[in-house]
Amino acid sequence: MFKLIPRENVSPVLSLLGPLFSVGFTMLIGGILFYFLGVDPFAAIKMIFWDPLMSETFSTYSIPQIFIKGAPLILIALGLSVGFKANVWNIGAEGQYIMGAIFGASFALSLYPLESIMIFPTMVLMGIIGGSLWSMIPALLKVKFNVNEILVSLMLVYVAEQILALASLGFLRNPDGAGFPGSRNLSQYSSASNSELIMGTGIHLGVLLSLLMVVFFYVLLFRHSLGFKIKLLGNSPKASGFSGDNPNKLIFLCLTLSGSLAGLAGIMEVAGPAGQINIDFNVGYGFTAIIVAFLGRLNPVGIFFAGLVMALTYVGGELTQFMLNLPAAAIQVFQGMLLFFLLSFDLFVHYKIKLKGNK
Amino acid sequence: MKRVIKFLSASFLFAVMALSANLAISADYKVGFIYIGPPGDHGWNYQHDVGRKAVDEAFGGKVETVFQENVPESADAERVMTQMALAGADMIFATSFGYMDPVINVAKKFPKVKFEHATGYKTADNVSTYSARFYEGRSVVGHIGGKMTKSNTIGYVASFPIPEVVRGINSAYLAAKKANPNVEFKVIWIFTWYDPAKEADAAKTLISQGADVILQHVDSSAIMTVAEEAGVYAFGQASDMSAFGPNAHLTAIINGWAPYYVEKVKQGMAGTWKGGEQTFDGIGAGMVIIGDLNDKIPASVKKEAMAIRDGIASGTLHSFTGPINKQDGSPWLKAGETADVGTLLGMNFYVEGIEGDIPK
Repeated sequence: MFKLIPRENVSPVLSLLGPLFSVGFTMLIGGILFYFLGVDPFAAIKMIFWDPLMSETFSTYSIPQIFIKGAPLILIALGLSVGFKANVWNIGAEGQYIMGAIFGASFALSLYPLESIMIFPTMVLMGIIGGSLWSMIPALLKVKFNVNEILVSLMLVYVAEQILALASLGFLRNPDGAGFPGSRNLSQYSSASNSELIMGTGIHLGVLLSLLMVVFFYVLLFRHSLGFKIKLLGNSPKASGFSGDNPNKLIFLCLTLSGSLAGLAGIMEVAGPAGQINIDFNVGYGFTAIIVAFLGRLNPVGIFFAGLVMALTYVGGELTQFMLNLPAAAIQVFQGMLLFFLLSFDLFVHYKIKLKGNK
Repeated sequence: MKRVIKFLSASFLFAVMALSANLAISADYKVGFIYIGPPGDHGWNYQHDVGRKAVDEAFGGKVETVFQENVPESADAERVMTQMALAGADMIFATSFGYMDPVINVAKKFPKVKFEHATGYKTADNVSTYSARFYEGRSVVGHIGGKMTKSNTIGYVASFPIPEVVRGINSAYLAAKKANPNVEFKVIWIFTWYDPAKEADAAKTLISQGADVILQHVDSSAIMTVAEEAGVYAFGQASDMSAFGPNAHLTAIINGWAPYYVEKVKQGMAGTWKGGEQTFDGIGAGMVIIGDLNDKIPASVKKEAMAIRDGIASGTLHSFTGPINKQDGSPWLKAGETADVGTLLGMNFYVEGIEGDIPK
């Protein structure tokens, strides 16, 4: 019935407008969904997108919270975007995020209650190493045996979750915690605490790093030859080979880079806002970051804004839940629609639809 | 088409911005609740929500309650509670153990907001804790289980090896042993509070090992369903689960938070609420309720079970009355002696007769 024909000239304007349209459509369809759930759609959408930023009651608290919630999303999405550009699909950032947190926290807690200024930087480094080691598993399997990295990285998320449970119940369990699962609270261990940088806001080092990384990745992708090689590998693997690049090296680099960033996000979160290793430590940043990467058009600056918009839907979504009795699942549907509309809009930007048959 | 979309989204945005609803919750007294899962779980969260609705009813329009479901025990809990406090909540009930540190952190920032934290052990000037003596209910179901088993094997699906769960196993075992000296307990630890698939697997394993009565300290109704299919008995956890196994469901230990929530909100409004309190109530105060008894239970056993319930409620009977030895044979309670609250709250040992080890 239908046939998709690639467009010869893809309009760059339309391609940039995609994210805006997807946000607009999500508001529209989400509003209809809210209406059928018996909630005033205008009030609900205003509360998700407007009140966290503008209302006197909430904004002083929620604006910094948006940056805090956005930081891990931005960090992970930046790493993923590099791989996605090269057609390397790391779907398991969630697992790398967990392993980064466990590696870093294990290091710091093994030294408890020793105080030293060396603990924090080493712990962060361990977090990065933890994340990158976990992503090296799919990287090695891909490079050596051509195993599908999507499956391996995704499956390793579930392995990481089991290790997380093991850590919270076993080797990292707080000896003073009355037998309950969960490690000591890192935010109460001053040498390891990722404490707030601006009093009263909760803004921590991870937020600052997420901003710096945006700049770093911008330079890497647009001002450095490595960025060119990565894009070349994604667009035309053959040309990449002819130009003398080793695709395996690039694939390995892309995966470990995204793993490192996820690990960094993990250690920042566990030593900061989360505070402790626990069974429920991971809340899906690794998966949500995939939406953020695409919503940001795989562009570092775009990812920055996409991360903030996504964080806004979390913070505003919470408000909507308890102020208007909207179920949590409705907010998740709302977030999922963002990616869905973006991808469908992309389809129309890149392809023409032609009716065939029925002459 | 492009124009239409542009127009639509622009007008939509405009409409959204033009709207300015009043944000603060409007009733005289505002109470917030945060739940670890959905109130539709027919277990832990459902019962807390029953308590919240009781508050709604008790005070008419004077009190407004709000709730948030599926709040992870992490930084998100802190943000949700902060937003509730900013929205004007006067009192917040945090209904899961893992909210403990977040509650303490948020309480520091909002000294005027009163916090009630379920099952924790940290308090502050504006933080009190509450927990139920569920082990009292386990004495009643332990007795029924001991009388009803034909294979003399009772299975127990346990969540985490924390004092609360260990206490329940000990209490149920002591009652079952008293009712039936030949009884044996098999315990499976599944390290989760809510995972229907794992709970069902554990129940099936226990049944295949000969258990014909299953007790549970996990939240879903999966075990009840398995028991019904296998033709064995089970007990509802947290709320009445007879709908999931009308033949299997002997009775239930029901969490009765409603009287406590109503009382605390009343105190909060009157200005008599106090922080730093640690409530630990049982059957007597209505925080633990024994559900309807299945007619499959013989009348004599029903009568005994009710006698145990009423004895505990009036204080003439205690679930842990000596002589009781610990698992290793060392004496714990002398004849007639009852357990003190401190030992109960930190219980990390099995009583004599239970086989196996508590996972470390």
